[in-house]
Amino acid sequence: MHQAELDEWSRRDGPLHRRDARAKLLVLLAYLVALATVNTVTPLAAAGFAALLGLAVALSRLPAGGLAWRAAAVAPFVVVFTVASWVAGEPARAMALLLRSYLSAVAVLIVVGTTPLPLLLKGIEHLGGPRFLITVVQILYRYLFVLSEQAQHMRLAAASRGAAGKGWQANRARFKAAAGAVAVLFARSYARAQTIHRAMLARGYQGVLPSLRANRWQAADWAFLTVGLLLCVSLRLALEYAG
Amino acid sequence: MPDKLAPQPLIEVSQLRYRYEDGTLALDGVDFTLYPGETVALLGPNGSGKTTFVLHLNGLLEGEGRITVCGLPLNKENLPAIRSKVGLLFQDPDEQLFMPTVLDEVAFGPLCQGRSEQEARMRAQAALQKVGMAAGAHKAPYHLSAGEKRRVALAAVLACEPEILVLDEPTTYLDPPGQSELLALLSRLPQAKIIVTHDTLFAEAIAHRAVFFYRGKIIAHGSVAELRQRFGWSARATSFTPAR
Repeated sequence: MHQAELDEWSRRDGPLHRRDARAKLLVLLAYLVALATVNTVTPLAAAGFAALLGLAVALSRLPAGGLAWRAAAVAPFVVVFTVASWVAGEPARAMALLLRSYLSAVAVLIVVGTTPLPLLLKGIEHLGGPRFLITVVQILYRYLFVLSEQAQHMRLAAASRGAAGKGWQANRARFKAAAGAVAVLFARSYARAQTIHRAMLARGYQGVLPSLRANRWQAADWAFLTVGLLLCVSLRLALEYAG
Repeated sequence: MPDKLAPQPLIEVSQLRYRYEDGTLALDGVDFTLYPGETVALLGPNGSGKTTFVLHLNGLLEGEGRITVCGLPLNKENLPAIRSKVGLLFQDPDEQLFMPTVLDEVAFGPLCQGRSEQEARMRAQAALQKVGMAAGAHKAPYHLSAGEKRRVALAAVLACEPEILVLDEPTTYLDPPGQSELLALLSRLPQAKIIVTHDTLFAEAIAHRAVFFYRGKIIAHGSVAELRQRFGWSARATSFTPAR
């Protein structure tokens, strides 16, 4: 099975991996608030926020290039507004939008890449996140792998029956097969969802998805949280003072 | 006068009928009894009603007729108690393993039963130990092989400490060594078992007796060897015709 790279990163061992998910989430929140409330993203501000991320990347031991590349996933959503602002004669605003989005994406990726999703979701739950939403994300994440594997099997089955050819005819056949595959995948997913629900009921499920607490708060988490919050607040105040 | 020495049945099913929403009559008057310590194999063609039948045993489907589990009539009031007594192992472990980690998965049942977190954790660890998966407690289910998933699914059922194990096609997705390991593991478990299977060799190795389903009815009882011989029920390229 093809595992997502982020999932693999999150299961490595590094100084940031060992920190409690709640501490990382709170520092992330402070970082995002600090970044979002800066009036203008000057080169100095951008450098300051980037430096904080550099520190986090060093602690995470994640590949900086991989993080930078994956964070570019926000580009399609942001570029449209950036270009619109630029064309409207507001280049500073356009750059601020681009930088804010990109730096935020890197920050979120660092947290996701250093925290296995189950622990991250538990962290969100312990911080008061809505339980229903967390349950939906948890089940979605669990079965995303199963569904993607099923989709791959169907793609291989289509290819083995000649859908891998070239040319207009083959493209048409491929499109037709893909449309059919989506319908089949939906029907299978629906049937699977029913069976999963039965499996949950069979073990006493009564509407709440209980789980064991895995996050353990340690002294180092207090230290990390304090330093992280201080750095974010100090940077924000320094920029306020400088601006 | 009832025999006081005869063991009380764990499961008694009388005249069970079930029709799916599309009108298909899946069960047509099934009578069945399971005694303590017994292992019974359910044999029969695809679509003959075996899985539909076992889904009734802990109330996942509701048909007409009478079902009693450990002396409790199957009804809404008794459902939580009955679900803790009947452990159901599904055919596809991917459909049974829905929690993010193996330990969470196995602790799910005890937590749903209202056990404390500490007790649920202890039960989960003990069940994982029993199936030889203690080392994989913190893995994600999608990182496991088919055999490991099957073991974890079984541990998830065992952690609920059921009195009856119902296994739907337990050898599916397992290679021959995996099947042997499962056989050895199941043989060590003291619970009474109902096993839905097409694998007559597996059934013969573990089941004390078997029943044969055909078109929603149990049409024969006997040993696995007898039923295999009577219905020609083995892996051969021949057409099936029920011999009565």
